[in-house]
Amino acid sequence: MVTVASNTKPKVIVVGGGLAGLMTTIQIAEAGVPVDLFSFVPVKRSHSVCAQGGINGAVNTKGEGDSPYEHLDDTIYGGDFLANQSPVKHMCDHAPGIINLLDRMGVMFNRTGEGLLDFRRFGGTQYHRTAYAGATTGQQLLYALDEQTRRHEVEGKVVKHEFWEFLGIVKDDDGACKGIIAQDLRTMMIQEFRADAVVLATGGPGIIYNRSTNSVMNTGTAASAVYQQGAKYANGEFIQVHPTAIPGMDKLRLMSESARGEGGRVWVPRTPGDKRRGEAIPEAERFYFLEEKYPAYGNLVPRDIATREIFAMCVDEKMGVFGENQVYLDLTHLDKKQIDIKLGGILEIYEKFIGEDPRTTPMRIFPAVHYSMGGLWVDFVKDNTSGGLVVGDPRNQMTNIMGLYAVGECEYQYHGANRLGANSLLSCLTAGQMTGPGVATYVKHLPKSVDDLPASLFEREKKVRQVQYEKLAASVGTENPYKLHEELGDVMTANVTVVRYNDRLKATDAKIQELQERVERVSIADNSSWTNQLIPFTRQLKNMLHLSRAVTLGALARDESRGAHYKPDFPKRDDARFLKSTIAEWTSDGPKLSYEDVDTSLIKPRLRNYAAEKNESETAAPEAESVKEKLVVSTNTSHGTNGANGKESFGTGLTGATRQEMQIAAGADANGSGDQLSTRPPEARRDSPYSLGAKEEIRIADDNWLTGANDAADADPAKASNPVSVEGEKLVSTR
Amino acid sequence: MSDQKTIVLKIKRRADQESPAYWEEFEIPYRPAMNVISCLMEIRKNPVTRDGKATSAPVWEMNCLENVCGSCTMLMNGKVGQSCATLVDNLTQPISLEPMSKFPTIKDLAVDRSRMFANLKKIRAWIPIDGTYDLGPGPRIAERDRQEAYEFARCMTCGSCLEACPQVSEHSNFIGPAAIGQVRLFNSHPTGAMTKEERLEAISGADGVTSCGNAQNCVKACPKQIPLTEAIAEMNRDVTLYKFKQFFRGK
Ligand SMILES: Cc1cc2nc3c(=O)[nH]c(=O)nc-3n(C[C@H](O)[C@H](O)[C@H](O)COP(=O)(O)OP(=O)(O)OC[C@H]3O[C@@H](n4cnc5c(N)ncnc54)[C@H](O)[C@@H]3O)c2cc1C
Ligand code: SF4
Ligand code: FES
Repeated sequence: MVTVASNTKPKVIVVGGGLAGLMTTIQIAEAGVPVDLFSFVPVKRSHSVCAQGGINGAVNTKGEGDSPYEHLDDTIYGGDFLANQSPVKHMCDHAPGIINLLDRMGVMFNRTGEGLLDFRRFGGTQYHRTAYAGATTGQQLLYALDEQTRRHEVEGKVVKHEFWEFLGIVKDDDGACKGIIAQDLRTMMIQEFRADAVVLATGGPGIIYNRSTNSVMNTGTAASAVYQQGAKYANGEFIQVHPTAIPGMDKLRLMSESARGEGGRVWVPRTPGDKRRGEAIPEAERFYFLEEKYPAYGNLVPRDIATREIFAMCVDEKMGVFGENQVYLDLTHLDKKQIDIKLGGILEIYEKFIGEDPRTTPMRIFPAVHYSMGGLWVDFVKDNTSGGLVVGDPRNQMTNIMGLYAVGECEYQYHGANRLGANSLLSCLTAGQMTGPGVATYVKHLPKSVDDLPASLFEREKKVRQVQYEKLAASVGTENPYKLHEELGDVMTANVTVVRYNDRLKATDAKIQELQERVERVSIADNSSWTNQLIPFTRQLKNMLHLSRAVTLGALARDESRGAHYKPDFPKRDDARFLKSTIAEWTSDGPKLSYEDVDTSLIKPRLRNYAAEKNESETAAPEAESVKEKLVVSTNTSHGTNGANGKESFGTGLTGATRQEMQIAAGADANGSGDQLSTRPPEARRDSPYSLGAKEEIRIADDNWLTGANDAADADPAKASNPVSVEGEKLVSTR
Repeated sequence: MSDQKTIVLKIKRRADQESPAYWEEFEIPYRPAMNVISCLMEIRKNPVTRDGKATSAPVWEMNCLENVCGSCTMLMNGKVGQSCATLVDNLTQPISLEPMSKFPTIKDLAVDRSRMFANLKKIRAWIPIDGTYDLGPGPRIAERDRQEAYEFARCMTCGSCLEACPQVSEHSNFIGPAAIGQVRLFNSHPTGAMTKEERLEAISGADGVTSCGNAQNCVKACPKQIPLTEAIAEMNRDVTLYKFKQFFRGK
């Protein structure tokens, strides 16, 4: 261990100015290391601004006995046990501190009568754990961090490069990351930037689905670029489809889970196709299907479950409002003044875009692609005393490329197979808070400064990017990149969202490869050298296609149902085979998949059943083999083991864990596979809606709603011509 | 208007700040509930003018598409607003799209708003916390005060209020309503109030709050209904008081 700082002039690059990037930037600046901060847009306009509902933290101000342990358990259980548990524990333990910090930064969180922070309920928990600022929490949080960053900027510790696009990293001869190549999106100049470490905080890839709840910049292009440079991409197939959004040609706008947290109820008329307006339908003729099927959690079941239920209600049962793919999200019974204070932001969006008043008319909503649980693989170093992480260790959040870090939605670490609402803002911030000091330690202890490296290293990489750009600028052909993007979005939405079938996943992969060929023939009608938007978009599209393959093939290979990943042909969770993270590595022949054990050292995997109270439902324990595996914390890392001190016993303070284990032991059962109730409720599964015959209808439904497209031909497996690589499947069977 | 089968748009184009502006007309199929941005997205999929001439896709800024990031502000039929939140059904055709006039044009509909961000530095628009280490919760705030402050905290630096303000022009350095609203926000926070003089000082000069001509356009233009005129009046009072105190302190 090096103890004396040897690099006297360290510097760091952070790419991305959403919550994760700004928190990391502030922490590094505070540690006295200068930061160059890159972003497509002024950081104040980053996608985090969209977050509505709130941020979780077990501050326990409502006398409910909430605790970080309950938060941990809810998160792990909600994520169907796919998340590594030590990082999640770190996140939950640090949540109250983060909320306090935001409070000190001046975030205008809603208050109680005593002037304390107010908390509301969110999905997948029975506690009031979510701090919020109206229904624009992300905006308020982002602004607070933007302000603190500006302060560091004024003090000269941070230099912003806004309207710049990150194109790729520069590696030294040992493969360590030593800088980036980026392009000024106004002058179109491509330039190299040196850094002792680079942090990517570039957000999620929702735009590979074209229309989603995401901002248009969320193309995942940066993550894809480094994936193609050797960074591992993990759990790509876990894409969250949010149950409640409103359709639009350009975007599917979210109606936050906080609407249900504040008492909103989801229902359909009991009579299919009922022509009356929602407010005219009497109580007795309404089917509150979530409340009936899931008495313990009701409308606040986790998102994967709510989405599948709404989907089934509309597509299979044909119970959608006015016979269409939509259900009611009803706030009309709530106190109008209170919901204005607590949900104003989303009420405004609904009014503006739909033209109806949600205070008096039930909203009509349907699921939409929302969030990626998967992302760049990152390391963690477990603290065997706390069960959390070793704070300050430079390996936390480092990708498999030395010196390249990832934080925020672009990495995979905290949400397993399904993210709980209001946990993302939290994971962005706790990870940023932890990564800052780790990065500072890393760069200060490097044996030499990046400035000592030869210029040729950077020149070479810059040349590669310049040639790429010039080649694109000269492209002649008949394809329009925006149209190709639409085709990608349509096929991804139709086949790689709520319900997944292997034949359609194969067809999707074939379609993506077809698009990869066609994108080589785009017509670049505009090759102006000032503020050109077309060429960068085309470059991003290429990156989206690479990432889409990782998502699709990850889904193809995972023959089970877990969290957001649901295959009717494999309806159970299969812990014996798939209690593992999918790891995709880029090769020129497509993604190469492998699997890594999940750290389940704190809470033993058990069945999910949201019809019952959480702790009453533990009826299954993992198979003996899995129990053994869970004790081995993910060790396949490039920098040694995660179990830092080699000891795997965890601290004695974990009364919660002990309690859980005892309950599991009491209800032990040899069946290690997942809970069917959680993936499909028995009633809805009854007439096998997802049989082959029903697929056609599902797709049409998708096309009308999730994508808004009219032509489903591209999604038809019968039309697929390209051969499909099933490398993933092979790899599965070899373990 | 919804029986029309197409939408006609006139877009003001300009290669950069130095080049002359010109207009191009486009015609696209009508679909229900379209916003202005979905028209622009339609055009970029097939950038051909109404008279069949192939052209380049217009350049504009956007990100959130739900009226919360402030990127997509432009003039639509001469009125400033967010193109993502403006529905075609509420506009008469042909719909004219122009960049905001009070900021330098970058290209087509995209403008340079860096002046607004520079102003946020000038007024020290942040809470001066000691550091990010754990110091427990922030100060207690009454919910009523919180609600008032929250209104100002929603400013997305979109520029609409500056565009609407007759006192703002390329040649005047009036700091504008948005920044004054932010002074009001930070000065009302219990911690921010500890350094309120710094912010008052920043808006006490000739380009500060006294430049307001009281046209009251800003408050009508603000998409977030921020009570800007109230803030201006309040800050005017506070600045006067501050200067008064300075005077008696002999500064
Ligand atoms: C509508 C909506 C509501 C949500 N509500 C909630 C909520 O209530 N609670 C919750 O916990 N989560 C919520 N989420 C999820 C949460 O908002 C996101 O997961 C989170 O904000 C992601 O933050 P981030 O910092 O990782 O990235 P982002 O905020 O997406 O920022 C990415 C940054 O990277 C930059 N960037 C990306 N690529 C490049 C490149 N190539 N070059 C240069 N810069 C680049 C961008 O400019 C941007 O600054 C919501 C999401 C949506 C879509
Ligand atoms: S005050 Fe209103 S109009 Fe002005 S920049 Fe802020 S949000 Fe826009
Ligand atoms: S795109 Fe964000 S305000 Fe319109």
